[in-house]
Amino acid sequence: MTGIWNAIFAAGFFANPEVQNALWLGGVIAVVSGCIGVFTVLRGQSFAGHAMSDMGAAGAAGALLAGGTAVAGFLSFSVVAGVSVDLLGVRPRDRDVATGLVLTAVLGLGSLFLFFDTRTVGAPEIILFGSLFTSDPGLTPWLSALGAAVLLALAILFRPLVFISLSPDTALARGVPVRAVGFAFMLLLALAVGESSLVVGSLLSTSLLIGPASAALRVTARLRHAIPLAAGLGLLGTWLGILLAYDSFYWPPYGRGWPVSFFITGIVLAIHLLSRLCPPADRHGSTRAERTAKRGV
Amino acid sequence: MMGTWLGEMATAVFSPGMFSFSFMQNAWLSGTIIAIVCGTAGFFAMLRGSAFAAHALPKIGFAGAAGAVWLNANPLLGLSLFSIGGALGIGWLGKGARRDVVIGLVLAFGLGTGALFLSFNNEYAAGAISLLFGQIVGVSQSEVVDTALLALLSMAMLAFLYRPLLFATISPESAEARGVSLRMLDILFLVIIGVATAITVPIVGALLSFSLLVGPAAAASHLTHRPGRAIAVSVILSVLSLWVGIALAYDTGWPVGFFVASVVVLVYAMARTGATLADRRQRAKSVVATD
Repeated sequence: MTGIWNAIFAAGFFANPEVQNALWLGGVIAVVSGCIGVFTVLRGQSFAGHAMSDMGAAGAAGALLAGGTAVAGFLSFSVVAGVSVDLLGVRPRDRDVATGLVLTAVLGLGSLFLFFDTRTVGAPEIILFGSLFTSDPGLTPWLSALGAAVLLALAILFRPLVFISLSPDTALARGVPVRAVGFAFMLLLALAVGESSLVVGSLLSTSLLIGPASAALRVTARLRHAIPLAAGLGLLGTWLGILLAYDSFYWPPYGRGWPVSFFITGIVLAIHLLSRLCPPADRHGSTRAERTAKRGV
Repeated sequence: MMGTWLGEMATAVFSPGMFSFSFMQNAWLSGTIIAIVCGTAGFFAMLRGSAFAAHALPKIGFAGAAGAVWLNANPLLGLSLFSIGGALGIGWLGKGARRDVVIGLVLAFGLGTGALFLSFNNEYAAGAISLLFGQIVGVSQSEVVDTALLALLSMAMLAFLYRPLLFATISPESAEARGVSLRMLDILFLVIIGVATAITVPIVGALLSFSLLVGPAAAASHLTHRPGRAIAVSVILSVLSLWVGIALAYDTGWPVGFFVASVVVLVYAMARTGATLADRRQRAKSVVATD
């Protein structure tokens, strides 16, 4: 029995302070991303969500170059990115191009910053790929508080947000400030993505944002069930990924360990694919919530 | 006085060797070819709302390049395999689920695999990292030939699919009723984007090669509404942007992607502003006319 236990949880897994920090921070990120992600998927803003993480990375590269901290760079650039995408892409059919061009502009600068950074440190890997194990424990309380604040704001915004996401026209007719609520959600998305890009690298943040949420929306059409399910699936993927990354230290090539991002993105993709084995809520493969949204548009 | 000033300007912009070094001649030739392909494919990418796919495939291709570096294979081979494989994967999984979700997840997993390959490399994988930023000095003669062949292939596919693509994009229902397979068309178009990506990334870099697919076509859409003309304008803007990018990258040694992205965004902003102003003048005129 202990043999199996030790094979799954390699020696020192629970005692290691870096692992503890990674489990806690990864958990915070997974829950926040899962909850925000349900609305991101529902509103078709996956590209915007991904673009923000790239732009946050550009900001971090700039901040590192200027001698600042990555936190400030990530959060400020992803918020600025969210605001510009929201302002430029008012009509849905403009949104794709608007996101692409804002991303081009910011990533252009970012590639210049990264290029200068490479002359001193191996910044591209750190910023793009990140690692849960290397995050600064001193930031943990602040990042946890930020995550809690985002969730609280989402809870306050919940009713109008559901309304404008599912039937924007009716919402407008009933006097709900559709643009303002949409803008507020974009800010929350930017904060969530900026935070998770900082902790887990910009590539993982997209995975945790849309993977668990899309799986949850496939399984249940009710948002009140989908949100906790998305958070749970994100948590599962993150913790399993951390465990495997820790164990992989004993896999070839020995003594180095495989990157945690590889495991988490793989598990999240697997969760998404498994969820698609579930019969869709209707023939057309969309959930009831999405159908209502389509009728609204 | 004026003459020497102009002369100094000219030597600053067109630094010595820009056109005489053989590697630079290769870069100009390759660059022009890929800009033509991107300008053309970009028109359809914009029409079909494929900006996210255009952004994702280069990064997935980058993961393949990192894997090839680890296995001591040619990075360009890994790049092509992964960007075309990524296109097929997105096309295959894209049915019955939200397209943007599938792109995002395949992208994340592709990059996760890239992180794994990078971590397997014992030393700093300079060959892979240079593909992130792009390079104008490393284009060999045989690569120009490869680029030209792949470009020909994608242009031939685009020419062959021109009518069905336009038809299916403008009215998918009636195209399907007429027997056009939307799913097949979609997968083929993604593969074209994958091929365009594979030849663009070595010069422009994986981070920004999508800007050539998105920017010039978006600018062209503000300047004309006729498909043939829009493609022509998009190709011209794309070629000009890449030429400026290559020249400035040669002068400064900075990454070419940065310059290409900046020029593309500038061109788009000018086209959009110009179109808005022209539209306003037109409206003012028609108001006067009706009075």
